[in-house]
Amino acid sequence: MSSETSPKIVIVDESPIRAAILEEGLREAGFTGVAHIREMHNLLARIYALDPDVILIDLENPSRDVLEQMFQVSRAVRRPIAMFVDQSDSASIQASVDAGVSAYIVDGLKKERIKPILDLCISRFNAFSKLQDELDRAKSALEDRKVIDRAKGILMKLKGLTEDEAYVLMRSTAMREKKKIGEIAQSILTASELLK
Amino acid sequence: MTKTLRIGFIPLVDAAALIVAVDKGFCAAEGLDVTLVREVSWSNVRDKLNIGLFDAAHLLAPVAIASSLGLGHVKVPIVAPFNLGLNGNAITVSPALHAAIMSEMEGDPFDPMATALALARVVAARRKSGAEPLTFGMTFPFSTHNYQLRFWMAAGGVDPDEDVRLVVLPPPYMVDSLANGHVDAFCVGAPWNSVAVDLGVGHILHFVSDILVRAVEKVLAVRQDWSEKNPAVLAALIRAHDRAAEFIEQPHNRAEAARILGAPERIGVDPEVIQRTLDGRLKISPDGTLRESNRYLLVGRQGAARPDPAQAAWLYAQMVRWGQTPISPEALKVAMAVFRPDLYDAALGRAAKPTEASDGIGAFAGPAFDANDIAGHLAAFKIGRRSP
Repeated sequence: MSSETSPKIVIVDESPIRAAILEEGLREAGFTGVAHIREMHNLLARIYALDPDVILIDLENPSRDVLEQMFQVSRAVRRPIAMFVDQSDSASIQASVDAGVSAYIVDGLKKERIKPILDLCISRFNAFSKLQDELDRAKSALEDRKVIDRAKGILMKLKGLTEDEAYVLMRSTAMREKKKIGEIAQSILTASELLK
Repeated sequence: MTKTLRIGFIPLVDAAALIVAVDKGFCAAEGLDVTLVREVSWSNVRDKLNIGLFDAAHLLAPVAIASSLGLGHVKVPIVAPFNLGLNGNAITVSPALHAAIMSEMEGDPFDPMATALALARVVAARRKSGAEPLTFGMTFPFSTHNYQLRFWMAAGGVDPDEDVRLVVLPPPYMVDSLANGHVDAFCVGAPWNSVAVDLGVGHILHFVSDILVRAVEKVLAVRQDWSEKNPAVLAALIRAHDRAAEFIEQPHNRAEAARILGAPERIGVDPEVIQRTLDGRLKISPDGTLRESNRYLLVGRQGAARPDPAQAAWLYAQMVRWGQTPISPEALKVAMAVFRPDLYDAALGRAAKPTEASDGIGAFAGPAFDANDIAGHLAAFKIGRRSP
């Protein structure tokens, strides 16, 4: 039985980067049979063709509901699917939902072999969203800097301030109004657009 | 003190009472600070409600029952103290399948028995010519859409597991799948049927209200343990929903309601399409043919919001009929107890009893529904997958 060697794992994810990160992690941990499905059309047929033991899907993917059909008795379904946790293991569900991933395990795979796959999956998903957050923060910091520079220019011109004075004015306003300096800068830009 | 709540929903028109309760300030007036969280799948909504990431959710009525019975997933008892809507789904078919059904049609095309018999003839002819079986899309294994499609076609002699293919499709993918021929028809809630008609890729063959007079669709769902720990909050939530449902049902408020619902972070579609659904005035054919129904989607009127355990029993009977669970008197009791008219009545200080459909369902085929004799009721239907 295939699950006695390395279980066959399918990753269903429209994000190629996240899928690559997960796939790499699984391979490093010795799981050699990893495949990635990116195309959602005819998803069940694609999964059946690969005949996996474990299916991993990200929670942002609406096609998760399609996978639920695998639990049903139907001639479309060839191998029964069991849920990856038993009733008592709600901590595993919690951790995976928090991380943004869900796993479906085909009947026959032993429980103790599932745990390392799931743990790895959760940690890689968490790592990915941390990465994403950092990227988003860096991006918005860059945006803020551009906006602040333009607002500074407007204040310097309208109020005859130096660059430092313009910045100090925005910073003190931001502190007084309990706002971010980027928001103050943005409202200066908006106001100057309106008053043009 | 203000109580903060997180409530999950899927962008569909039958989330109207929930969305309006929050965005019109009816929840705030009850001291509830609600954050609405838009989700992409029913599995996500179910899981996040079950593990406590959501305090409440807009949920498919059969999922609330399946979760309480532990079918298809972890067993978590859910209670439903407020129906978000009755009816509201429609069956939409491709232009090719529409033409095929109409050419086999004998009788009134709005009569579901006539269309189901015509479908049976189309299916038989396709089999004879060696064509692929027809594929029907629906939204979830434990969905009203699944049971409504099955009930309808089986009445005409089409076996939904043997003669056609039923596949789960996320609602936002339905229209594309119909357009590119991956499915021949689907059963889904608003706005997707109208979107298919507007794009010229589908005809609305039936409103679900043709098939069942009263079909509970989505419910406001909470965990049973949560409801026991937070009775005052739940009552406040029910009152806010009741005000919202009443607001939506006033015809002069519909334009405003549709605007609220159409917002990008809510349902995110053209308010005009949403208003058509609320008004029950739908374009059913790409040529512009309109069809009106005063029961297309009931949000509160005609006692729609009050949970009816007979409805839960009917849904449980469909799970039994299609082999999703064996029949058991205990399970029936659990299923019926998910629907909580007592919580509804206590919160609102009134009991709005419907007067239509004496069995609470009003199905177009088969005997009147009897929750006390599900085995006897199901025996009247020839096609089914009942496990022994």
